[in-house]
Amino acid sequence: MATHQNSLEWRASVREIRNRLKVLTERYPIIANVLIIVLSALLGYFIPYLAAEPIFRTEFNNPEQNFILMLARAGWYSMFALGYALVFSILGLLNLAHGAVYMAGAFAGLWITANQDLPIEYALPAGMLAGGLIGILVDWVAFLPLRARNAPRTSQLISSIGASIFLVNLAFILFIDQFNAPVNRFPAEKVNSIRAFQGTVPIERIEVFGLTLIDQLDYTVFPMQVTMFVVAIVMLIFLQFVIAHSKIGKAMRVVAYNPKVAQLLGINVSLIFAVTFFLSGAFAGAAGVLQGMFRVVGPFMGSEVGLIGLTVIVLGGMRSIPGAVVGSFIIANLQIATIAMGYSWLEEAVVFLALFLMLLIRPQGILGEPLQDRA
Amino acid sequence: MEFIFDLLTPYGITENTFQNMLIAAILGISIYITLYAGLFSLANAGFMATGAYVSVILTTRYEWDFLLAVGAGIIAAGLISAIISVPVLRLSDIYLAIATIGFGEILVVLLRNFDRIYELIVNKEETITGGATGIKGIPVITTTEYLLLYLGIVVFLMVRLHRSRFGRALVAIRQDNKVAANMGINVVYYQNMAFILGAMIAGGAGALHGHLNRIILPENYGFDRAVDILTFAVLGGTTTIIGPIVGGFIIAYLPEILRRTDLVGLLGDIFGTDLGRYQANVRDMTVGMILLGVIVFLPQGIASPAMWRRVANRIWNLFNPAEKSDA
Repeated sequence: MATHQNSLEWRASVREIRNRLKVLTERYPIIANVLIIVLSALLGYFIPYLAAEPIFRTEFNNPEQNFILMLARAGWYSMFALGYALVFSILGLLNLAHGAVYMAGAFAGLWITANQDLPIEYALPAGMLAGGLIGILVDWVAFLPLRARNAPRTSQLISSIGASIFLVNLAFILFIDQFNAPVNRFPAEKVNSIRAFQGTVPIERIEVFGLTLIDQLDYTVFPMQVTMFVVAIVMLIFLQFVIAHSKIGKAMRVVAYNPKVAQLLGINVSLIFAVTFFLSGAFAGAAGVLQGMFRVVGPFMGSEVGLIGLTVIVLGGMRSIPGAVVGSFIIANLQIATIAMGYSWLEEAVVFLALFLMLLIRPQGILGEPLQDRA
Repeated sequence: MEFIFDLLTPYGITENTFQNMLIAAILGISIYITLYAGLFSLANAGFMATGAYVSVILTTRYEWDFLLAVGAGIIAAGLISAIISVPVLRLSDIYLAIATIGFGEILVVLLRNFDRIYELIVNKEETITGGATGIKGIPVITTTEYLLLYLGIVVFLMVRLHRSRFGRALVAIRQDNKVAANMGINVVYYQNMAFILGAMIAGGAGALHGHLNRIILPENYGFDRAVDILTFAVLGGTTTIIGPIVGGFIIAYLPEILRRTDLVGLLGDIFGTDLGRYQANVRDMTVGMILLGVIVFLPQGIASPAMWRRVANRIWNLFNPAEKSDA
């Protein structure tokens, strides 16, 4: 009996700490986010380090290099998963067409620089705009009719899968039509003309305000990797700021609580849905353009990261926006640690194993609220 | 059999197409049974892979009898589903869908790297699943008769199931699992049994499919296959057993429909390119459109008796206006 009492007290104190933390994160979202990122990054430094160091340390495999790789990967996954988590937290639906939107953004950026011969600066805004518009289109075609008749959530999942397959294969045909090849690269000389986008030229030294921090690195850093990480952080802070402080963010939170109540309060619910899908699509488009510049653009580039993004939001908590970033760090760590230990062929298996185990142990995710809709 | 194909070949249904249609119908039934129990599971492609790999390895490496190997494939799929069903079925709704997607992907990665894992554990290099290149040179043993027989058995089981205590319990659970539990139905037991039954049906379909095409690859059984299987059930509808069979038939016949209506050429004209080499993508695009269109406009599927009754009534009323005023 005594132990039972103890465990109850313990649980109550944990709950109280959590509530206080929640109040604090809501009051100071930016500081909380920076803290979350710093903590995750520190964790990210030590996991691959501890995993790789005792086994071997070669010139290709050192902790600093792993850390840089992990940060870039975490940035890429966060950019992608923020949109996923945004749609899920406002509308409570899983948009499996998010990977297709990501691909569409990259495709738009590539098309405007390679085919229309515009400078590379236009690629990112074009990708974000295209991603946002296609996000709204997916909402109108795949989700709006189902929402109108109050269909179950699984129907929305199925329709988003349908939209995803349709978009990916349409893009394949368009790729063949526009570039005569299913996979294409951004023109290298254009990409390398901007320092922040350089995807093929590594940084030799790091300077901040004319002050040389590190010279002659014994590891490789590409400017693109840094850019991806920085963009992801900026996006997270922007999104948290919008939701916490702007008028439209307040309206979003009301819609997330209950769309009918929001309607009664005079909020234009369909506008809020459109804004949510636009933001989510724009983030996916930015991720697609940046990753496309770093690697290649192809119609199937979204399917791989789509499933990883799903894992990321399940790990972090599907209704939690900082959770998407925490989840990205965890997945990036797991992958880099697996690769560092020499099992790069298990890179995908680790991700899906984490997804599977997380759903079995704690379906609401690390930062999520307990689920009410379980059988 | 010959006379059937003499009748069907003018419509583009060759023996090979017909076999694919039968496999699709069986897979449709395998997801139908889980949906019938109110479970939205996408794991059936994984169970199909289990059945295919187990039976093919048994026939090629250990030279088992074909029917014994198919039986072993069915049992292997059942065992794996029994292992994962208890923890996975604690989830419901989209969480179940995500978990089963994860399971399918893990299985594909494991099949792709099975030899390396085997080497790590046993310290002996051997080619069992052949990694990403798959198993080649499988003898073609599956015939249309086997497939028809298997489909017949499965349909017979399903029809019997609808009228049994088991089937009625599943219907009650699908309607409302809390009410079902209050009526004394063991929800967990019945849902697990439905899940395992669906997995075994899919395992058998996989075993038969493995001995059809001379080669099996891990990629054949990934997320795309899971979506295909889902499409069979969604297109046909899950109100009756006819639904998934019709859905499977239509989707497996789809490439032929596209060729006959020359949609590939039409799209090629629109885009100004020759799409002859990319028929698979046009087919996938159509599947996406079907999935989207059916779920939006025909949520009951195209083989829903209620919808056809309504259509028939409307046509009847069209020709008998007097009858309408009576009612």
